[in-house]
Amino acid sequence: MKKLWDTFFNGIINENPTLRLVIGMCAPLAVTTAVANGFWMGIAVIFVLTASNILISALRKIIPEQIRIPIFVVIIATFTTVADLSLKAIQPDIHAKLGVFVPLIVVNCIIFARAEAFASKNNVLLSTVDGLGMGLGFTLALIVLATIRELLGNGSWWGIKLLPASFEPAIVMILPPGAFVTLGYLLGGLNLLTGKTGEN
Amino acid sequence: MHYLAIIIGGVLINNYIFSRFLGLCPFLGVSKQVETATGMSLAVIFVMTMASAATWIVNKYLLVQYELQYMQTIVFILVIAALVQFVEMVILKTSPVLYQSLGIYLPLITTNCAVLGVALLNISEEYNFLESVINGMASAIGWSLAIILFAGIRERWAFAEIPPSMRGFPIALVATGLMSIAFFGFQGLFRGILF
Repeated sequence: MKKLWDTFFNGIINENPTLRLVIGMCAPLAVTTAVANGFWMGIAVIFVLTASNILISALRKIIPEQIRIPIFVVIIATFTTVADLSLKAIQPDIHAKLGVFVPLIVVNCIIFARAEAFASKNNVLLSTVDGLGMGLGFTLALIVLATIRELLGNGSWWGIKLLPASFEPAIVMILPPGAFVTLGYLLGGLNLLTGKTGEN
Repeated sequence: MHYLAIIIGGVLINNYIFSRFLGLCPFLGVSKQVETATGMSLAVIFVMTMASAATWIVNKYLLVQYELQYMQTIVFILVIAALVQFVEMVILKTSPVLYQSLGIYLPLITTNCAVLGVALLNISEEYNFLESVINGMASAIGWSLAIILFAGIRERWAFAEIPPSMRGFPIALVATGLMSIAFFGFQGLFRGILF
């Protein structure tokens, strides 16, 4: 039981894919112009990550070592297509805003890294928990990033106006430069808090 | 004029790094030296141009023909993976010198989201074959411009005094943000003439 909790929280805190490992950066930067976009992108990634982790760990003894990479790609691409079409049916507006980044989940390094490093070596239960933890860590990071950007760039959170009308929104925060600078300082701040230093 | 608009749009205005956020993993990963950044750029230009052509053909004559558009993601990623493998083998056979400089970057490109991104954007923009290939090449040149400029900056800050907590990814992202602001200057370029 303890191992399950450790695996689950590992993805959220110690090895948060976006804030600690800094992998698969395209989607977190591109879609976090509004909290709702970040949330739905996170849901799509949780689904693809968990489903592909489950299937890959269930098939891990059957998949031949030499051709595992093409097999992983096909499995991940299948679940990405499911997520893409489902999101289009449930939230057409959000799907249009996320655009090309939903099908691009297939080349997101996080999913491939978990398949290769975790799901192909562990049992189904652990892999499921790992997928959920990593996915949730990704979603939380997106929500934090989107909260900062939407609040400063638009004065709102999930479309609800929070800041008074006298607040002049800094449009640059919801433009591409705002994404890079916000995430840069967020990572720097986390390093300062945890006492971690990056190499030059 | 129309093709010129696609080229300028791809290289400067809708730059893949600074405004579309595509291909960031290799951008942050292999930009420590100008030399490796240049090698990666050549490989990306080559593959993105070829992938634009290949995916356009597959989309038109396979997916649209048999109404299989919902298979787009799966088919495109397989086409790109196969193409990269094929290019790698051809280069190995024909030019060992070129393989020496490009070979190590090629396997990395399959997971570069700029390649799948350009394929999907070509289809959603409804470009014809020539427009797709030009857009693929222009976008790749824009990406290369970004990574080579960035590698030049990065080589210099190796000697700078950066606060310990900002070293590595944080400062790289902040610098990319500042470059992105600079590239924003291209937004109004040729407005009214080409666009």
